[in-house]
Amino acid sequence: MSVLRPDLAAIAEAIAPGTRVLDIGCGDGTLLGELRATKQVDARGIEIDPACVERCVAQGLSVVQGDADSALADYPDKGFDYAVLSQTLQTARRPDLMLDQLLRVGKQAFVSFPNFAHWRTRAALMFGGRMPVTRSIPVSWYETQNIHHVTVKDFRELAREKGARIEREWFFAGEKPVAGASNLRAEFAVFLLSR
Amino acid sequence: MSGASQVLQLTDPLPLDGGSELAQAEIAYETYGTLADDRSNAILICHALTGDQYVASTHPVTGKPGWWERMVGPGKPIDTDRYFVVCANVIGSCMGSSGPASLASDGKPYAMRFPVITIRDMVRGLVALLDALGIERLHAVVGGSMGGMQALSLAANWPERATRVLVIASTSRHSAQNIAFHELGRQAVMADPNWCGGDYYAADAQPDSGLAVARMAAHITYLSEEALTEKFGRNLQDRETKSFGFDADFQVESYLRYQGSGFTRRFDANSYLYITRAMDYFDLAEEHGGKLADAFAGTTARFCLVSFDSDWLYPTSESRHVVHALNAAGAAVSFVELSAPHGHDSFLLDVPALDRVVKGFLE
Repeated sequence: MSVLRPDLAAIAEAIAPGTRVLDIGCGDGTLLGELRATKQVDARGIEIDPACVERCVAQGLSVVQGDADSALADYPDKGFDYAVLSQTLQTARRPDLMLDQLLRVGKQAFVSFPNFAHWRTRAALMFGGRMPVTRSIPVSWYETQNIHHVTVKDFRELAREKGARIEREWFFAGEKPVAGASNLRAEFAVFLLSR
Repeated sequence: MSGASQVLQLTDPLPLDGGSELAQAEIAYETYGTLADDRSNAILICHALTGDQYVASTHPVTGKPGWWERMVGPGKPIDTDRYFVVCANVIGSCMGSSGPASLASDGKPYAMRFPVITIRDMVRGLVALLDALGIERLHAVVGGSMGGMQALSLAANWPERATRVLVIASTSRHSAQNIAFHELGRQAVMADPNWCGGDYYAADAQPDSGLAVARMAAHITYLSEEALTEKFGRNLQDRETKSFGFDADFQVESYLRYQGSGFTRRFDANSYLYITRAMDYFDLAEEHGGKLADAFAGTTARFCLVSFDSDWLYPTSESRHVVHALNAAGAAVSFVELSAPHGHDSFLLDVPALDRVVKGFLE
Protein backbone atom coordinates (compact mmCIF):
# COMPACT_ATOMS: atom_id res chain seq x y z
CA MET A 1 0.00 0.00 0.00
CA SER A 2 3.01 2.24 0.29
CA VAL A 3 2.71 3.19 -3.37
CA LEU A 4 -0.73 4.76 -2.85
CA ARG A 5 -1.21 8.45 -2.31
CA PRO A 6 -1.75 9.02 1.46
CA ASP A 7 -5.46 9.85 1.07
CA LEU A 8 -6.01 6.72 -1.03
CA ALA A 9 -3.99 4.62 1.42
CA ALA A 10 -6.21 5.85 4.27
CA ILE A 11 -9.33 4.98 2.26
CA ALA A 12 -7.99 1.57 1.25
CA GLU A 13 -7.09 0.79 4.84
CA ALA A 14 -10.55 1.77 6.13
CA ILE A 15 -12.60 -0.21 3.60
CA ALA A 16 -13.97 -3.51 4.91
CA PRO A 17 -13.12 -6.64 2.89
CA GLY A 18 -15.64 -8.12 0.46
CA THR A 19 -17.68 -4.93 0.08
CA ARG A 20 -18.98 -3.11 -2.99
CA VAL A 21 -17.10 0.07 -3.83
CA LEU A 22 -17.73 2.78 -6.44
CA ASP A 23 -14.77 5.08 -7.12
CA ILE A 24 -15.89 8.27 -8.84
CA GLY A 25 -13.09 9.75 -10.90
CA CYS A 26 -11.07 6.56 -10.52
CA GLY A 27 -8.28 7.61 -12.90
CA ASP A 28 -6.22 4.67 -14.05
CA GLY A 29 -7.74 2.40 -11.39
CA THR A 30 -4.95 2.55 -8.79
CA LEU A 31 -7.28 2.45 -5.77
CA LEU A 32 -9.71 -0.04 -7.32
CA GLY A 33 -6.90 -2.38 -8.29
CA GLU A 34 -5.47 -2.21 -4.78
CA LEU A 35 -8.87 -2.84 -3.19
CA ARG A 36 -9.54 -5.78 -5.46
CA ALA A 37 -6.16 -7.32 -4.68
CA THR A 38 -6.07 -6.74 -0.92
CA LYS A 39 -9.71 -6.53 0.15
CA GLN A 40 -11.48 -8.68 -2.46
CA VAL A 41 -13.99 -5.90 -3.04
CA ASP A 42 -16.41 -5.71 -5.94
CA ALA A 43 -14.77 -2.64 -7.42
CA ARG A 44 -16.48 -0.28 -9.87
CA GLY A 45 -15.43 3.07 -11.24
CA ILE A 46 -16.46 6.14 -13.19
CA GLU A 47 -13.81 8.03 -15.15
CA ILE A 48 -14.05 10.74 -17.78
CA ASP A 49 -10.74 10.18 -19.60
CA PRO A 50 -11.09 7.38 -22.22
CA ALA A 51 -7.38 6.52 -22.04
CA CYS A 52 -7.72 5.93 -18.28
CA VAL A 53 -10.87 3.85 -18.80
CA GLU A 54 -8.98 1.77 -21.35
CA ARG A 55 -6.22 1.08 -18.81
CA CYS A 56 -8.82 0.13 -16.18
CA VAL A 57 -10.60 -2.27 -18.54
CA ALA A 58 -7.26 -3.78 -19.47
CA GLN A 59 -6.78 -4.61 -15.76
CA GLY A 60 -10.17 -6.28 -15.68
CA LEU A 61 -11.78 -3.46 -13.66
CA SER A 62 -15.38 -2.48 -14.34
CA VAL A 63 -15.18 1.20 -15.19
CA VAL A 64 -17.70 3.31 -17.06
CA GLN A 65 -16.63 6.34 -19.02
CA GLY A 66 -18.64 9.31 -17.89
CA ASP A 67 -18.76 12.70 -16.27
CA ALA A 68 -18.98 12.44 -12.47
CA ASP A 69 -21.43 15.36 -12.45
CA SER A 70 -24.04 13.44 -14.44
CA ALA A 71 -23.10 9.74 -14.45
CA LEU A 72 -23.91 9.18 -10.77
CA ALA A 73 -27.60 9.68 -11.46
CA ASP A 74 -27.54 6.31 -13.30
CA TYR A 75 -26.83 4.32 -10.15
CA PRO A 76 -29.46 2.87 -7.83
CA ASP A 77 -29.88 3.99 -4.20
CA LYS A 78 -27.44 2.44 -1.72
CA GLY A 79 -26.11 0.09 -4.39
CA PHE A 80 -22.63 0.34 -2.89
CA ASP A 81 -21.18 -0.06 0.57
CA TYR A 82 -18.82 2.82 -0.17
CA ALA A 83 -18.77 5.64 -2.69
CA VAL A 84 -15.32 7.20 -3.04
CA LEU A 85 -14.64 10.71 -4.32
CA SER A 86 -10.93 11.40 -4.12
CA GLN A 87 -9.58 14.82 -5.09
CA THR A 88 -12.60 15.42 -7.30
CA LEU A 89 -15.11 17.33 -5.14
CA GLN A 90 -13.41 20.63 -5.85
CA THR A 91 -13.71 20.02 -9.62
CA ALA A 92 -17.47 19.39 -9.57
CA ARG A 93 -19.90 21.91 -11.01
CA ARG A 94 -22.01 21.60 -7.85
CA PRO A 95 -20.09 19.93 -5.00
CA ASP A 96 -23.18 20.09 -2.78
CA LEU A 97 -25.29 18.13 -5.25
CA MET A 98 -22.47 15.66 -5.82
CA LEU A 99 -22.29 15.05 -2.07
CA ASP A 100 -26.02 14.28 -2.13
CA GLN A 101 -25.45 11.76 -4.93
CA LEU A 102 -22.52 10.16 -3.09
CA LEU A 103 -24.62 9.70 0.03
CA ARG A 104 -27.45 8.32 -2.09
CA VAL A 105 -25.49 5.64 -4.01
CA GLY A 106 -23.20 4.68 -1.12
CA LYS A 107 -24.10 3.56 2.38
CA GLN A 108 -20.96 5.44 3.35
CA ALA A 109 -18.93 7.95 1.38
CA PHE A 110 -15.25 8.84 1.37
CA VAL A 111 -14.38 12.36 0.25
CA SER A 112 -10.84 13.67 -0.05
CA PHE A 113 -9.80 17.15 -1.15
CA PRO A 114 -6.96 19.67 -0.91
CA ASN A 115 -7.55 22.07 1.98
CA PHE A 116 -7.55 25.67 0.75
CA ALA A 117 -7.06 26.96 4.32
CA HIS A 118 -3.63 25.33 4.72
CA TRP A 119 -1.19 27.90 6.08
CA ARG A 120 0.90 27.93 2.89
CA THR A 121 -2.17 28.79 0.84
CA ARG A 122 -3.19 31.45 3.32
CA ALA A 123 0.32 32.88 3.31
CA ALA A 124 0.56 32.88 -0.48
CA LEU A 125 -2.66 34.84 -0.72
CA MET A 126 -1.97 37.11 2.22
CA PHE A 127 1.62 38.00 1.41
CA GLY A 128 1.73 37.38 -2.32
CA GLY A 129 -1.66 38.88 -3.04
CA ARG A 130 -2.18 36.34 -5.79
CA MET A 131 -4.08 33.07 -6.20
CA PRO A 132 -1.93 30.47 -4.46
CA VAL A 133 0.16 27.95 -6.36
CA THR A 134 1.45 25.51 -3.76
CA ARG A 135 2.46 21.88 -3.36
CA SER A 136 -1.17 20.84 -2.83
CA ILE A 137 -2.64 23.32 -5.34
CA PRO A 138 0.00 23.21 -8.07
CA VAL A 139 -1.86 24.70 -11.06
CA SER A 140 -2.46 28.38 -11.84
CA TRP A 141 -5.96 29.78 -11.40
CA TYR A 142 -6.62 30.05 -15.13
CA GLU A 143 -5.95 26.41 -15.97
CA THR A 144 -6.77 24.55 -12.76
CA GLN A 145 -9.61 22.04 -12.76
CA ASN A 146 -10.37 23.12 -9.19
CA ILE A 147 -13.33 25.37 -9.70
CA HIS A 148 -14.70 25.14 -6.16
CA HIS A 149 -11.92 25.47 -3.61
CA VAL A 150 -12.91 24.27 -0.17
CA THR A 151 -11.48 24.25 3.35
CA VAL A 152 -11.79 21.70 6.12
CA LYS A 153 -14.11 24.05 7.97
CA ASP A 154 -16.29 24.62 4.89
CA PHE A 155 -16.59 20.89 4.30
CA ARG A 156 -17.64 20.18 7.87
CA GLU A 157 -20.32 22.82 7.49
CA LEU A 158 -21.56 21.37 4.19
CA ALA A 159 -21.67 17.88 5.71
CA ARG A 160 -23.70 19.23 8.62
CA GLU A 161 -26.12 21.02 6.26
CA LYS A 162 -26.58 17.80 4.32
CA GLY A 163 -27.34 15.86 7.48
CA ALA A 164 -24.25 13.70 7.00
CA ARG A 165 -22.46 12.20 9.98
CA ILE A 166 -18.66 12.31 9.98
CA GLU A 167 -17.60 8.77 10.88
CA ARG A 168 -13.86 9.24 10.53
CA GLU A 169 -11.42 11.87 9.34
CA TRP A 170 -7.78 11.94 8.30
CA PHE A 171 -5.47 14.88 7.66
CA PHE A 172 -2.14 14.96 5.84
CA ALA A 173 0.66 17.39 5.14
CA GLY A 174 2.59 15.87 2.28
CA GLU A 175 2.92 12.19 3.18
CA LYS A 176 2.64 12.76 6.93
CA PRO A 177 -0.48 12.62 9.09
CA VAL A 178 -1.49 15.81 10.87
CA ALA A 179 -2.99 15.84 14.35
CA GLY A 180 -4.71 19.00 15.57
CA ALA A 181 -5.34 22.42 14.00
CA SER A 182 -6.27 20.58 10.83
CA ASN A 183 -7.77 23.55 9.02
CA LEU A 184 -4.43 25.32 9.32
CA ARG A 185 -1.99 22.44 9.10
CA ALA A 186 -3.57 19.91 6.72
CA GLU A 187 -2.79 20.04 3.00
CA PHE A 188 -5.24 17.22 2.32
CA ALA A 189 -8.30 15.98 4.18
CA VAL A 190 -10.21 12.71 3.98
CA PHE A 191 -13.67 12.27 5.48
CA LEU A 192 -15.79 9.18 5.87
CA LEU A 193 -19.47 10.17 5.92
CA SER A 194 -22.76 8.40 6.35
CA ARG A 195 -26.38 9.45 6.28
CA MET B 1 -8.64 -22.69 -43.30
CA SER B 2 -10.97 -22.08 -46.22
CA GLY B 3 -13.68 -23.79 -48.19
CA ALA B 4 -16.93 -25.20 -46.92
CA SER B 5 -17.72 -24.74 -43.24
CA GLN B 6 -18.78 -27.44 -40.87
CA VAL B 7 -22.54 -27.70 -40.71
CA LEU B 8 -24.60 -28.71 -37.70
CA GLN B 9 -27.92 -30.30 -38.53
CA LEU B 10 -30.33 -29.65 -35.66
CA THR B 11 -32.36 -32.74 -34.80
CA ASP B 12 -35.11 -30.88 -32.95
CA PRO B 13 -37.16 -28.16 -34.64
CA LEU B 14 -35.96 -24.67 -33.68
CA PRO B 15 -38.81 -22.75 -31.97
CA LEU B 16 -39.19 -19.18 -33.26
CA ASP B 17 -40.47 -15.98 -31.66
CA GLY B 18 -43.03 -15.62 -34.45
CA GLY B 19 -44.81 -18.74 -33.15
CA SER B 20 -43.71 -21.24 -35.79
CA GLU B 21 -40.66 -23.45 -35.80
CA LEU B 22 -37.87 -24.21 -38.20
CA ALA B 23 -37.57 -27.92 -38.98
CA GLN B 24 -34.20 -29.46 -39.80
CA ALA B 25 -32.37 -26.20 -39.36
CA GLU B 26 -28.72 -26.12 -40.31
CA ILE B 27 -26.03 -23.98 -38.72
CA ALA B 28 -22.81 -23.48 -40.66
CA TYR B 29 -19.83 -22.53 -38.52
CA GLU B 30 -16.08 -22.14 -38.34
CA THR B 31 -13.85 -22.76 -35.35
CA TYR B 32 -10.31 -21.61 -34.60
CA GLY B 33 -7.93 -22.77 -31.90
CA THR B 34 -8.38 -25.71 -29.56
CA LEU B 35 -11.10 -26.30 -26.99
CA ALA B 36 -9.50 -26.84 -23.56
CA ASP B 37 -10.14 -30.13 -21.75
CA ASP B 38 -12.36 -28.33 -19.25
CA ARG B 39 -14.11 -26.48 -22.13
CA SER B 40 -13.53 -23.15 -20.40
CA ASN B 41 -11.80 -21.23 -23.19
CA ALA B 42 -14.53 -20.85 -25.80
CA ILE B 43 -15.36 -17.46 -27.29
CA LEU B 44 -18.41 -17.05 -29.49
CA ILE B 45 -18.12 -14.27 -32.05
CA CYS B 46 -21.42 -13.05 -33.49
CA HIS B 47 -21.37 -11.50 -36.94
CA ALA B 48 -23.08 -8.38 -38.27
CA LEU B 49 -25.88 -8.03 -40.83
CA THR B 50 -23.93 -9.03 -43.92
CA GLY B 51 -21.14 -10.86 -42.10
CA ASP B 52 -20.63 -14.58 -41.92
CA GLN B 53 -18.73 -17.33 -40.13
CA TYR B 54 -15.46 -16.55 -41.95
CA VAL B 55 -14.23 -14.28 -39.18
CA ALA B 56 -10.60 -15.25 -39.56
CA SER B 57 -10.45 -17.43 -42.65
CA THR B 58 -10.63 -16.75 -46.36
CA HIS B 59 -14.11 -16.09 -47.69
CA PRO B 60 -14.94 -18.91 -50.15
CA VAL B 61 -16.82 -16.63 -52.57
CA THR B 62 -14.77 -13.44 -52.56
CA GLY B 63 -11.39 -14.96 -51.72
CA LYS B 64 -10.86 -12.06 -49.31
CA PRO B 65 -9.40 -12.45 -45.80
CA GLY B 66 -11.77 -13.05 -42.89
CA TRP B 67 -13.79 -10.01 -41.85
CA TRP B 68 -12.07 -9.61 -38.44
CA GLU B 69 -8.62 -11.04 -39.08
CA ARG B 70 -7.07 -7.96 -37.53
CA MET B 71 -8.74 -8.94 -34.23
CA VAL B 72 -8.87 -12.76 -34.33
CA GLY B 73 -5.92 -15.10 -34.81
CA PRO B 74 -2.71 -16.35 -33.19
CA GLY B 75 -1.29 -13.56 -30.99
CA LYS B 76 -4.17 -11.22 -31.90
CA PRO B 77 -6.41 -9.58 -29.24
CA ILE B 78 -8.77 -12.56 -29.53
CA ASP B 79 -5.88 -14.99 -29.42
CA THR B 80 -6.62 -18.33 -31.06
CA ASP B 81 -3.51 -19.77 -29.39
CA ARG B 82 -5.40 -19.37 -26.09
CA TYR B 83 -9.07 -19.36 -26.98
CA PHE B 84 -11.33 -21.67 -28.92
CA VAL B 85 -13.18 -19.29 -31.20
CA VAL B 86 -16.55 -20.23 -32.67
CA CYS B 87 -18.28 -18.16 -35.34
CA ALA B 88 -21.49 -19.32 -36.98
CA ASN B 89 -23.58 -18.01 -39.83
CA VAL B 90 -26.89 -16.78 -38.39
CA ILE B 91 -30.12 -18.41 -39.49
CA GLY B 92 -31.79 -16.36 -42.19
CA SER B 93 -28.41 -15.71 -43.82
CA CYS B 94 -26.97 -17.33 -46.92
CA MET B 95 -23.54 -18.79 -46.17
CA GLY B 96 -24.60 -22.30 -45.24
CA SER B 97 -27.07 -21.81 -42.40
CA SER B 98 -30.78 -22.20 -43.03
CA GLY B 99 -32.24 -19.19 -44.77
CA PRO B 100 -34.68 -18.23 -47.50
CA ALA B 101 -32.41 -19.74 -50.17
CA SER B 102 -32.39 -23.13 -48.39
CA LEU B 103 -34.59 -25.91 -49.67
CA ALA B 104 -37.89 -26.46 -47.90
CA SER B 105 -39.41 -29.93 -47.47
CA ASP B 106 -40.87 -29.75 -50.99
CA GLY B 107 -37.38 -29.53 -52.45
CA LYS B 108 -37.78 -25.91 -53.56
CA PRO B 109 -36.18 -22.87 -51.95
CA TYR B 110 -38.17 -21.41 -49.10
CA ALA B 111 -37.98 -17.90 -50.57
CA MET B 112 -40.61 -15.83 -48.77
CA ARG B 113 -42.06 -18.94 -47.16
CA PHE B 114 -39.12 -18.82 -44.76
CA PRO B 115 -40.47 -17.72 -41.38
CA VAL B 116 -39.72 -14.18 -40.21
CA ILE B 117 -37.03 -14.52 -37.54
CA THR B 118 -35.73 -12.36 -34.71
CA ILE B 119 -32.34 -11.70 -33.17
CA ARG B 120 -33.35 -14.02 -30.32
CA ASP B 121 -34.15 -16.76 -32.86
CA MET B 122 -30.65 -16.37 -34.31
CA VAL B 123 -29.21 -16.71 -30.81
CA ARG B 124 -31.40 -19.75 -30.13
CA GLY B 125 -29.67 -21.34 -33.10
CA LEU B 126 -26.25 -20.36 -31.74
CA VAL B 127 -27.10 -21.81 -28.33
CA ALA B 128 -28.08 -25.07 -30.04
CA LEU B 129 -24.65 -25.03 -31.66
CA LEU B 130 -22.95 -24.48 -28.29
CA ASP B 131 -24.94 -27.42 -26.90
CA ALA B 132 -23.77 -29.59 -29.78
CA LEU B 133 -20.16 -28.53 -29.22
CA GLY B 134 -20.45 -29.32 -25.50
CA ILE B 135 -19.80 -25.72 -24.45
CA GLU B 136 -21.88 -24.99 -21.37
CA ARG B 137 -20.38 -21.64 -20.48
CA LEU B 138 -18.50 -19.33 -22.79
CA HIS B 139 -15.40 -17.49 -21.69
CA ALA B 140 -16.96 -14.63 -23.66
CA VAL B 141 -19.52 -13.73 -26.27
CA VAL B 142 -18.34 -10.94 -28.56
CA GLY B 143 -20.12 -8.99 -31.25
CA GLY B 144 -20.17 -5.70 -33.13
CA SER B 145 -23.28 -4.05 -34.58
CA MET B 146 -25.89 -6.82 -35.09
CA GLY B 147 -23.37 -9.14 -33.47
CA GLY B 148 -23.61 -6.96 -30.37
CA MET B 149 -27.39 -7.36 -30.38
CA GLN B 150 -26.91 -11.12 -30.37
CA ALA B 151 -24.41 -10.87 -27.51
CA LEU B 152 -26.91 -8.80 -25.48
CA SER B 153 -29.72 -11.21 -26.34
CA LEU B 154 -27.64 -14.18 -25.23
CA ALA B 155 -26.76 -12.41 -21.98
CA ALA B 156 -30.39 -11.55 -21.31
CA ASN B 157 -32.04 -14.80 -22.32
CA TRP B 158 -29.36 -17.39 -21.56
CA PRO B 159 -27.51 -15.62 -18.72
CA GLU B 160 -25.74 -18.78 -17.55
CA ARG B 161 -24.05 -19.29 -20.93
CA ALA B 162 -21.43 -16.50 -20.90
CA THR B 163 -18.98 -15.18 -18.31
CA ARG B 164 -18.10 -12.07 -20.33
CA VAL B 165 -20.18 -10.07 -22.78
CA LEU B 166 -18.44 -7.67 -25.16
CA VAL B 167 -20.71 -5.41 -27.20
CA ILE B 168 -19.18 -3.06 -29.76
CA ALA B 169 -20.96 -0.27 -31.68
CA SER B 170 -24.37 -1.72 -31.00
CA THR B 171 -27.75 -1.02 -29.46
CA SER B 172 -30.50 -2.62 -27.40
CA ARG B 173 -33.21 -1.51 -29.86
CA HIS B 174 -33.59 -0.26 -33.38
CA SER B 175 -34.49 3.41 -33.59
CA ALA B 176 -36.99 4.91 -36.02
CA GLN B 177 -34.05 6.12 -38.10
CA ASN B 178 -32.48 2.64 -38.12
CA ILE B 179 -35.77 1.11 -39.24
CA ALA B 180 -36.23 3.82 -41.87
CA PHE B 181 -32.89 3.09 -43.53
CA HIS B 182 -33.62 -0.63 -43.53
CA GLU B 183 -37.05 -0.07 -45.04
CA LEU B 184 -35.40 1.93 -47.82
CA GLY B 185 -33.15 -1.06 -48.52
CA ARG B 186 -35.98 -3.56 -48.48
CA GLN B 187 -38.11 -1.45 -50.79
CA ALA B 188 -35.21 -1.16 -53.21
CA VAL B 189 -34.96 -4.97 -53.33
CA MET B 190 -38.68 -5.50 -53.66
CA ALA B 191 -38.99 -2.82 -56.35
CA ASP B 192 -36.53 -4.71 -58.53
CA PRO B 193 -38.61 -6.47 -61.23
CA ASN B 194 -36.29 -9.47 -60.91
CA TRP B 195 -37.26 -9.94 -57.28
CA CYS B 196 -40.54 -11.64 -58.39
CA GLY B 197 -42.01 -11.83 -54.90
CA GLY B 198 -38.84 -13.55 -53.75
CA ASP B 199 -39.09 -16.44 -56.26
CA TYR B 200 -36.02 -15.68 -58.30
CA TYR B 201 -33.75 -18.59 -57.41
CA ALA B 202 -34.43 -20.56 -60.61
CA ALA B 203 -34.55 -17.49 -62.85
CA ASP B 204 -31.73 -16.25 -65.06
CA ALA B 205 -31.84 -12.76 -63.58
CA GLN B 206 -31.54 -11.96 -59.88
CA PRO B 207 -32.68 -8.77 -58.10
CA ASP B 208 -29.10 -7.51 -58.15
CA SER B 209 -29.79 -3.87 -58.91
CA GLY B 210 -32.28 -3.60 -56.04
CA LEU B 211 -29.90 -5.31 -53.63
CA ALA B 212 -27.04 -3.11 -54.82
CA VAL B 213 -29.05 0.05 -54.13
CA ALA B 214 -29.93 -1.30 -50.67
CA ARG B 215 -26.25 -1.90 -49.98
CA MET B 216 -25.24 1.53 -51.27
CA ALA B 217 -27.69 3.26 -48.94
CA ALA B 218 -26.67 1.11 -45.99
CA HIS B 219 -22.99 1.64 -46.72
CA ILE B 220 -23.43 5.39 -46.33
CA THR B 221 -24.78 4.80 -42.82
CA TYR B 222 -21.69 2.78 -41.92
CA LEU B 223 -19.33 5.70 -42.63
CA SER B 224 -18.96 9.11 -41.08
CA GLU B 225 -19.28 12.25 -43.15
CA GLU B 226 -15.69 13.00 -42.17
CA ALA B 227 -14.53 9.64 -43.52
CA LEU B 228 -16.36 10.13 -46.82
CA THR B 229 -14.97 13.64 -47.20
CA GLU B 230 -11.47 12.51 -46.29
CA LYS B 231 -11.57 9.58 -48.68
CA PHE B 232 -13.32 11.14 -51.68
CA GLY B 233 -14.10 14.79 -51.20
CA ARG B 234 -15.53 16.05 -54.49
CA ASN B 235 -12.88 14.26 -56.50
CA LEU B 236 -13.83 13.09 -59.97
CA GLN B 237 -13.42 9.49 -61.06
CA ASP B 238 -10.95 8.88 -63.92
CA ARG B 239 -11.83 12.13 -65.66
CA GLU B 240 -10.78 15.74 -65.77
CA THR B 241 -14.20 17.37 -65.98
CA LYS B 242 -17.81 16.59 -65.24
CA SER B 243 -19.56 14.60 -67.97
CA PHE B 244 -22.87 16.46 -67.81
CA GLY B 245 -24.51 13.04 -67.67
CA PHE B 246 -25.38 10.45 -65.09
CA ASP B 247 -22.28 8.37 -65.20
CA ALA B 248 -20.34 7.96 -61.96
CA ASP B 249 -18.54 11.29 -62.28
CA PHE B 250 -17.57 11.46 -58.63
CA GLN B 251 -15.27 9.01 -56.91
CA VAL B 252 -17.81 8.53 -54.15
CA GLU B 253 -20.40 7.41 -56.71
CA SER B 254 -18.01 4.97 -58.28
CA TYR B 255 -17.08 3.62 -54.86
CA LEU B 256 -20.69 3.08 -53.83
CA ARG B 257 -21.52 1.36 -57.13
CA TYR B 258 -18.54 -0.92 -56.64
CA GLN B 259 -19.64 -1.72 -53.09
CA GLY B 260 -23.20 -2.40 -54.27
CA SER B 261 -22.32 -4.71 -57.15
CA GLY B 262 -19.66 -6.55 -55.15
CA PHE B 263 -22.21 -7.24 -52.46
CA THR B 264 -24.68 -8.89 -54.85
CA ARG B 265 -22.08 -11.50 -55.74
CA ARG B 266 -21.91 -12.77 -52.18
CA PHE B 267 -25.30 -12.10 -50.63
CA ASP B 268 -28.86 -13.27 -51.17
CA ALA B 269 -31.48 -10.53 -51.57
CA ASN B 270 -34.11 -12.39 -49.55
CA SER B 271 -31.63 -12.93 -46.72
CA TYR B 272 -31.13 -9.17 -46.69
CA LEU B 273 -34.88 -8.71 -46.22
CA TYR B 274 -35.10 -11.26 -43.41
CA ILE B 275 -32.07 -10.12 -41.45
CA THR B 276 -32.88 -6.42 -41.65
CA ARG B 277 -36.39 -7.29 -40.43
CA ALA B 278 -34.94 -9.19 -37.47
CA MET B 279 -32.84 -6.16 -36.56
CA ASP B 280 -35.83 -3.82 -36.84
CA TYR B 281 -37.85 -6.07 -34.54
CA PHE B 282 -35.06 -6.03 -31.95
CA ASP B 283 -36.03 -4.31 -28.70
CA LEU B 284 -34.50 -6.06 -25.73
CA ALA B 285 -36.54 -4.07 -23.20
CA GLU B 286 -39.80 -4.97 -24.92
CA GLU B 287 -38.92 -8.66 -24.57
CA HIS B 288 -38.57 -8.11 -20.81
CA GLY B 289 -41.68 -6.23 -19.80
CA GLY B 290 -40.56 -2.86 -21.14
CA LYS B 291 -37.72 -2.32 -18.67
CA LEU B 292 -34.23 -2.89 -20.00
CA ALA B 293 -32.72 -3.36 -16.53
CA ASP B 294 -35.06 -6.32 -16.02
CA ALA B 295 -33.46 -8.03 -19.04
CA PHE B 296 -30.26 -8.28 -17.01
CA ALA B 297 -31.67 -8.88 -13.53
CA GLY B 298 -29.47 -11.23 -11.53
CA THR B 299 -26.80 -11.53 -14.21
CA THR B 300 -23.36 -12.56 -13.00
CA ALA B 301 -21.63 -11.84 -16.30
CA ARG B 302 -19.14 -9.01 -16.77
CA PHE B 303 -20.08 -6.61 -19.53
CA CYS B 304 -18.02 -4.27 -21.68
CA LEU B 305 -19.58 -1.85 -24.11
CA VAL B 306 -17.64 0.17 -26.64
CA SER B 307 -18.93 2.94 -28.88
CA PHE B 308 -17.24 5.21 -31.41
CA ASP B 309 -17.61 8.97 -31.39
CA SER B 310 -18.13 9.10 -35.18
CA ASP B 311 -20.78 6.33 -35.29
CA TRP B 312 -24.15 7.94 -36.06
CA LEU B 313 -25.90 4.64 -36.82
CA TYR B 314 -25.62 3.29 -33.27
CA PRO B 315 -24.36 6.36 -31.43
CA THR B 316 -22.78 6.50 -27.97
CA SER B 317 -26.15 7.39 -26.42
CA GLU B 318 -27.43 3.90 -27.32
CA SER B 319 -24.50 2.23 -25.55
CA ARG B 320 -24.99 4.51 -22.55
CA HIS B 321 -28.63 3.48 -22.44
CA VAL B 322 -27.53 -0.15 -22.06
CA VAL B 323 -24.87 0.79 -19.49
CA HIS B 324 -27.49 2.64 -17.48
CA ALA B 325 -29.70 -0.46 -17.42
CA LEU B 326 -26.78 -2.71 -16.47
CA ASN B 327 -25.86 -0.37 -13.61
CA ALA B 328 -29.45 -0.37 -12.43
CA ALA B 329 -29.34 -4.18 -12.48
CA GLY B 330 -26.13 -4.09 -10.44
CA ALA B 331 -24.13 -5.77 -13.19
CA ALA B 332 -20.37 -5.40 -13.55
CA VAL B 333 -20.06 -3.15 -16.57
CA SER B 334 -17.35 -1.22 -18.32
CA PHE B 335 -17.97 1.32 -21.03
CA VAL B 336 -15.72 3.43 -23.18
CA GLU B 337 -16.37 5.72 -26.12
CA LEU B 338 -13.38 5.50 -28.42
CA SER B 339 -12.36 8.20 -30.82
CA ALA B 340 -12.14 6.93 -34.39
CA PRO B 341 -12.84 8.70 -37.66
CA HIS B 342 -14.49 5.91 -39.65
CA GLY B 343 -18.06 5.95 -38.33
CA HIS B 344 -19.94 2.74 -37.53
CA ASP B 345 -17.44 0.64 -39.50
CA SER B 346 -14.73 1.63 -36.98
CA PHE B 347 -15.25 -1.68 -35.21
CA LEU B 348 -13.90 -3.50 -38.25
CA LEU B 349 -11.06 -1.10 -38.98
CA ASP B 350 -7.71 -0.10 -37.55
CA VAL B 351 -8.46 1.32 -34.08
CA PRO B 352 -5.56 0.31 -31.78
CA ALA B 353 -7.47 1.41 -28.65
CA LEU B 354 -10.19 -1.12 -29.50
CA ASP B 355 -7.57 -3.88 -29.73
CA ARG B 356 -6.33 -3.00 -26.24
CA VAL B 357 -9.81 -2.89 -24.74
CA VAL B 358 -10.80 -6.23 -26.30
CA LYS B 359 -7.58 -7.93 -25.23
CA GLY B 360 -7.77 -6.51 -21.71
CA PHE B 361 -11.43 -7.32 -21.19
CA LEU B 362 -10.96 -10.94 -22.24
CA GLU B 363 -8.10 -11.52 -19.76
